[in-house]
Amino acid sequence: MSDKTMSAEEAVGRLESGMTLGIGGWGSRRKPMALVRALLRTGITDLTVVSYGGPDVGLLAAAGRIRKLVTAFVTLDSIPLEPHYRAARERGAFELTEVDEAMFMWGLHAAANRLPFLPVRAGLGSDVMRVNPALRTVTSPYEDAETFVAMPALRLDAALVHMNRADRLGNGQYLGPDPYFDDLLCEAADAAYVSCERLVDNIGTAELAKEAAPQTLLLKRSSVTGVIETPNGAHFTSCAPDYGRDEAFQKLYATTPYGEFAERFLGGDEQDYQHAVQDWRKERGR
Amino acid sequence: MTVTRAEYCVIACAEAWRDNGEVLASPMGLIPALGARLAKRTFSPDLLLTDGEAMLVGLDGTVEGWLPYRQHLTMVTGGRRHVMMGASQIDRFGNQNISCIGDWARPKRQLLGVRGGPVNTLNNPTSYWVPKHSARVFVEKVDMVCGVGYDRAAAAGPGATRFHRIPRVVSDLGVFDFATPDHAMRLASLHPGVTVEQVREATGFALHVPHEVPYTREPTSEELELIRSVIDPQGARRREVDG
Repeated sequence: MSDKTMSAEEAVGRLESGMTLGIGGWGSRRKPMALVRALLRTGITDLTVVSYGGPDVGLLAAAGRIRKLVTAFVTLDSIPLEPHYRAARERGAFELTEVDEAMFMWGLHAAANRLPFLPVRAGLGSDVMRVNPALRTVTSPYEDAETFVAMPALRLDAALVHMNRADRLGNGQYLGPDPYFDDLLCEAADAAYVSCERLVDNIGTAELAKEAAPQTLLLKRSSVTGVIETPNGAHFTSCAPDYGRDEAFQKLYATTPYGEFAERFLGGDEQDYQHAVQDWRKERGR
Repeated sequence: MTVTRAEYCVIACAEAWRDNGEVLASPMGLIPALGARLAKRTFSPDLLLTDGEAMLVGLDGTVEGWLPYRQHLTMVTGGRRHVMMGASQIDRFGNQNISCIGDWARPKRQLLGVRGGPVNTLNNPTSYWVPKHSARVFVEKVDMVCGVGYDRAAAAGPGATRFHRIPRVVSDLGVFDFATPDHAMRLASLHPGVTVEQVREATGFALHVPHEVPYTREPTSEELELIRSVIDPQGARRREVDG
């Protein structure tokens, strides 16, 4: 069995402009931010991004890397509206496929199960149908003869997700309260890159068996391409129980013009980012 | 002590979950959250509540179950839930918008996105809470239909109407429902101190007003005590509604 560990640079080095990219987490929760930061350091652009959106979308939108976004919302949770996403939408910076939260989930399920679509009741009667004229309905062949939205599969070229723990083979573990949809994203993708707080030698034994139940072993190595150890790699989103959201830093992000923020925090590599955050904290503590 | 407007709002929100049985109460916003807790503490003890993330919790915060987003969505489509959402815009048939203001293709103001509005409204009872009743919120036509109203559900057919229901809209001025022949919005009760004229002025469409409009009911002394001493002792409710 092969060692799938790689650097964040290697992982994003396998991505290309124009790809359809799924990003895990939810809002400002357990987002693979270190991988997004690594992506921002490349010239990759023209992306179709599929995400329950948070600052991952905000950063990529602000940097002009998104051609099309597929989402149900973009939020920072404690700050309801994502300012960089808003600004990008209001200047018409990219195309949007806006679907409901459940439609989004069933699109991932369809892709993970290699189905062209799945029927969902959500969407009927709403303007989701108006703004997505390509959406079709499907009628039940049974007695009920009900009509549903045929939510098309959200097949991905690649997925980026962040776990609490992972092993070198690609088995991934979440230790927080919610898996979100990270396993589905990996299964819906041709390649999945998993960053983790801590790389462990054998995820099924040793300390991990003591740390959590088997149900926390969310990602199977068969749907994972690369494993990247990035401590504090979800920062500034939450990554329970390793750490909560960095609310003060998120506020800084939300209130600083993108150019200024990028210059101070995104100019160097991930280590530089983490140091810049430390320096900002020290300054603030004074 | 006189009952404040915010307290009438809490009562009016709590009433949304009366006789709901053993379902998940999903309040969005502070006053609905206080209302759900009040309902559970008094007349609807079987309600389920979450901690706002993935755990089902009792009134004291003790965990009684697990509800990650994926299972939460099944709770929605299975119908064992009554959500009270916010609304940036709402029209006379209960179509609701939280996505954007202006032309969707190039919005004047981008808001949250449709979120779960479409799935909620077609699958489980969906009520709304509007902390500041104005003609900017209560509009003739919403810019983007996220939550589906009665006219749009009817036009979409039986698949859309089968489980569609909007029990009530609560604002800082009163309570509204759709108990009219064509399911147009109706003034169901005024919070004490509010006049019909005030509501009409703050509503951007022709609201159905019955001959006799009752006032929102008074809280019991037990309810008032619970709101003031147990559920919201810091008075956070006053930040959402004045008075």
